Amino acid sequence: MSGLIELSATQLAADIRSGETTSVQATQEYLNAITKLDGKLGAYNEIYTDAALDRAKQIDAKIAAGENPGPLAGVPIAIKDNLCTTYGHTTCASRYLENFQAPYTATAVKKLHDAGAVILGKCNMDEFAMGSSTENSGFAPTRNPWDIGRVPGGSSGGSAAAVASRMCAAALGSDTGGSIRQPASFCGCVGFKPTYGRVSRYGLVAFGSSLDQIGPLGRTVTDAALLTGVISGYDPHDATSLPNDVPDYLADIETPIKGLRIGLPKEFFLENEGAIAPDTRAAITAAIETYKSLGAEIVDVSLPHSRIDIDADGKMSSFAVSCYYIVCTAECSSNLARFDGVHYGHRTGENVDGILELYSKSRKESLGEEVKRRIMLGTYALSSGYYDAYYNKALKVRRLIADDFVEAFKSCDILLAPTTPTTAFKLGEKTDNPLEMYLSDIYTISANLAGLPGITLPAGLSSDNLPIGLQLIGPVLSESTLLRAARMFEKTAPPIIPPMVKNSDT
Amino acid sequence: MIDTNDKVQLIVGLEIHVELATKTKMFCRCRNNFGDPPNTNVCAVCTSMPGTLPVMNALAVDYSMKVGLALDCNVPDYTKWDRKNYYYPDLPKGYQLSQYDLPLCEHGCLEIPLADGTQKKIRVLRAHLEEDAGKNNHEIPGATGVDLNRAGVPLLEIVSEPDMNSVEEVAGYARSMQRLVRWLDVSKANMQMGHMRFEPNINLHITRDGTTYKTPIVEVKNLNSFRSLEGAVAYEFKRQYEEWQKDPEGFSLKKLGKQNRGFDDAKGVTVFQRDKEDAHDYRYLPDPDLPAVIIDDAWRERLRDEIGELPLARRARYIEEYGLSFKDADALTQDAATGDILDSAVKAGADSKRCVNLLLGRGAAIANERECSIADIGITTEQLTELAKMLADGDVNATAANKVFDKMIETSGAPREIAEADGLLAVKDTGQIQQWVDDAIAKNPQAVDIIKEGGKKKEKSFGFLMGQVMQASRGAAPPAEVQKLLREKLS
Ligand SMILES: [Zn+2]
Repeated sequence: MSGLIELSATQLAADIRSGETTSVQATQEYLNAITKLDGKLGAYNEIYTDAALDRAKQIDAKIAAGENPGPLAGVPIAIKDNLCTTYGHTTCASRYLENFQAPYTATAVKKLHDAGAVILGKCNMDEFAMGSSTENSGFAPTRNPWDIGRVPGGSSGGSAAAVASRMCAAALGSDTGGSIRQPASFCGCVGFKPTYGRVSRYGLVAFGSSLDQIGPLGRTVTDAALLTGVISGYDPHDATSLPNDVPDYLADIETPIKGLRIGLPKEFFLENEGAIAPDTRAAITAAIETYKSLGAEIVDVSLPHSRIDIDADGKMSSFAVSCYYIVCTAECSSNLARFDGVHYGHRTGENVDGILELYSKSRKESLGEEVKRRIMLGTYALSSGYYDAYYNKALKVRRLIADDFVEAFKSCDILLAPTTPTTAFKLGEKTDNPLEMYLSDIYTISANLAGLPGITLPAGLSSDNLPIGLQLIGPVLSESTLLRAARMFEKTAPPIIPPMVKNSDT
Repeated sequence: MIDTNDKVQLIVGLEIHVELATKTKMFCRCRNNFGDPPNTNVCAVCTSMPGTLPVMNALAVDYSMKVGLALDCNVPDYTKWDRKNYYYPDLPKGYQLSQYDLPLCEHGCLEIPLADGTQKKIRVLRAHLEEDAGKNNHEIPGATGVDLNRAGVPLLEIVSEPDMNSVEEVAGYARSMQRLVRWLDVSKANMQMGHMRFEPNINLHITRDGTTYKTPIVEVKNLNSFRSLEGAVAYEFKRQYEEWQKDPEGFSLKKLGKQNRGFDDAKGVTVFQRDKEDAHDYRYLPDPDLPAVIIDDAWRERLRDEIGELPLARRARYIEEYGLSFKDADALTQDAATGDILDSAVKAGADSKRCVNLLLGRGAAIANERECSIADIGITTEQLTELAKMLADGDVNATAANKVFDKMIETSGAPREIAEADGLLAVKDTGQIQQWVDDAIAKNPQAVDIIKEGGKKKEKSFGFLMGQVMQASRGAAPPAEVQKLLREKLS
C-alpha cells in the first residue's frame, strides 16, 4: 500500500493543483487498484477507463495553463449507478435498465464535473436502492473489503466498498433510509446524508422521493465536507431543493467543539440491551467518553416514536421502521410505474396478447424479488379502503417522529447514536428474511423520515476486525456543526484500513 | 314519445376539460402547441426519463385561478398535487399529476341564458388543474405509436353539479364556459384542436303514479364538439326513457349504478364501454416532488385586477350605459376584445351609438363571413373612433361610412385617408350643393310642378329630386343639407 490512492481527496486535489502530482497519475493509480481488486469486490458496474484518463489530461492541461479547475481538481470519484449521466449506462443495478443511457446528467454529477472531478465509473447497489446489503443487485452482489464473505451494506454498497478499498478517492451515494450511512459504517468510511433538499435530486432515479437524498462517502470527514459543499445548492429542476445559501463547510471544521451539547436518545441504546451488538455498544460508549474529553456536554434526550421494542423472542420492532416501509414502498410503487416496457428499458421478447401482458411480462422478467415485494406492499398500502389504515397513518407517525427531533433539539445541538445494530453480516445471512434485513436500518431511518442530516464515521473495530460506525444526527441545515463534531472525533481515532488493501501493494 | 302519465326530468352534470393556452407545459418548459410533428415538443421530464422531476408552471395556476374567481369559486389558501396512478401507453410516468381532495377552485357557479330570456345558475362543484396525457396513434399498421407532444399540457377540469335539465341548458352551459375561458384569455377553446372536451353525466328522474324512479347514471366519455355533446344528451334522454319503460324496477340507479358510454358521431348514438373506470383504483398519493401551493390574498387580488369586468357585468352595463338592447349588448360581449375596442373608442370621445352601429353592422357582417369575433377582423380603437367621429360631424354619410369600413379592414388604413382617396367625403361646400339643387330643379320641371301642386305624389317627387342631387354628388352631399335647400327652393 502506497502512493496517491492513500491520500485523502482533499490532499490529492491540493497536490494536483500545486503540480505536486497530476490527475493522470492519480487516475491511473486508481484504475490500477480497480483492476487489482474489483474482481474480488464487484464494487463497479461500469468503469470509464478511457474517458477518465482523457478527463484527467484535460484537468492537467488546465492546471498547466494556469487555470483553476475547481475544488475537486482532477480527483477520481465514483458515483452510484442510480445517478443519470449522458455517458455510459445508468442501470440502478436493474435488469430493466441494463442498457439504459440517460439523455441528461444529474445535477449533483454535473456539479462534480464543474468542480474538476474525474468520474471513474458507476458503483453497484441494491436494485433501485432497495436493500441493505447490495445483494439485491440485479447483476451480482458486492463484497465487503474487510471480509469478502460479508456484505458491504446497502444500498450504496458499491460506493462504500470502492471508497474503503481505495478504488476511488471518494464516491456519491444516495440515502433513503440509511443507504449511505449503513454501508459506510459496514465498510469503515465516512458517509454523510445532508438535510433533505440540500442536494438536488434531479437525475437521481427516484425510490422514495420524500426520503431520497444524495450524499458523499469518503475516507475522511473533510473529504465528505468538501464533496458536500460541491454538490449542495438550490436547483431550479428540483422544486424540493432548498433555496438557502451553501456555507463553506470547511471553514470551521477544525474548530474545537467545547460546549457542544450532544444528546443521547435513550430509546436508541440506553434502554435496549439487545438492540446493539456488544462490541458496537462498547465502541459507542467509548465515543461518548471521547466527546466528553473534547469538552462536549452529554445530555439524555428522548425520541419516543423512534422507540425500538424487543419481544420475548428477542425480535425487534420499531414505529420508525414500520412507518418507513409504508412511506417508501408507497412512493416506490408509483415511482417505478414508469418502468412499463413501453417507452424505454426492458421489453419482453415474447409475443404478448395486448398491452397488459406487455406490461406484466416486461416487469416480471426484469425486476428483482425485493423490488417486486416493495411495489406490491406499496400498491396495497395505497389501495382504496387501506389508504387511511396504512399510508395516512404512516404520515401521522412520520410527523410525530419529526416532532420528537424538534423537541430533542431544544436541549441539545446534535444527537449521537450507533449507525447500525451490528457490524457487517455475512452474504446470504439475511436474504431469506426481509424483515430482519429491514432492521439493519433501525438507527438510520428516523433521520430520513424527519428530513435531517446524519453522518457516520468509523469508531473502531469489533473483536472480529470489522468496522463499527458512529452516527451523529443534527437539526435541519446543521451540516457545518455535524461535520465539525465528526472531524473532532476523527482526529482522536486512528485511521482504519481494510487488510486486503494493506496487503495488496507490498 | 313520453307517456302522459310520466313526468320525466333530465338530470345532467358536466365535466369540461379545458386545455390552457400557456406557452409551455405544466411541469416542464416544452412548447405547448397543437399540431407539431409527433414527439417534437418533448424533453426528459415529459417523456418521464428516470430521475426527472416536475417543476410547476405558475402561469397555469394563475389561469386556473382566474377561471375559478370568474366562476365565483372559493380559491383556498392551500392546495397540493396528487398522483393518480394508472397504466396507459400515453401516460409515460404511470401516473398523472392532478389534484385529488384539495382542488384549486371549488363551489362556484355560472349563469347561463335560457330561451325565455331569463338566466339560470349552474353550480360548479370544483375545478382542478392537471396534466394532459399524450396521444396513442393507431395509424401505423401493426403497431401503436405514442405522441407525447400533448403529455404535460395544462388541463383544467371543471366539474358542474347535476343542475342541467335540458339539452339546451347543457349546450348553454358549455357555450358560456367557452365564452368565459376565451374572455379570460386562458384558452383558445378551439374544439377542432381538442382544447375543450366534454363528459356529461346523464340520468332521468321519472315520476309515475306518485313514485319517482331514477335511471342509472351514464357518463359519456370524451366528446369534443358541441354537436356531439348535444347529440349524446338527447340520445341518452330517449334511450334511458325507453329502457326504463321496458323495466321500470330493474333499470334503476340503485341496481345498475353508473356506467360509461362512448358516442358514435356518425350514427348519433351512445355505445356501451367496458367498465374499466369503476374497477380502477387510482391509488391517489400526494406528490412528493412538488411543494404545496400556498395562495394569499395578494395573489387572488392581483388576478381579480387582471380579470377586470366579466361578460355578464359588461352586458348589463352596455344596456344601462349605452342604452343597448339585450340582443345588441349580448352580441358585443361574446368576447372581451370587441367590447374593449368599443369602450376605448367611447372613452376617446366617439359616440357610443355610432360605434355600436359600425361594429354590429359591417363589423358583424365581416366577422360572420370570416367566422371570427368582431375584434378579430382587425379593427382598431383608433379606426373606430375616427370613423364614428366622421359620421357625427357629417364628414361621411352612412353609405360612405360602410365603404370606408370595409376598406379600412382590408387595408388597415386610417378612415379619413381612405375617404379622401376614394372621394367618399361629404361635400360641405354649400355653393356646390346649391348648384346641384338648382340643376336638379331646372332639369325636372315636371317634378317641380307636382310638388308645387301639393298633391298625393308630392313626397315621391321630392324624393326623386333628392335622389337626383345625391346622384350628381356621387353620394357625397350631406342628405340633410340637400333636403333643407330643396325645401327652401320649392316652398
Ligand atoms: Zn417536456
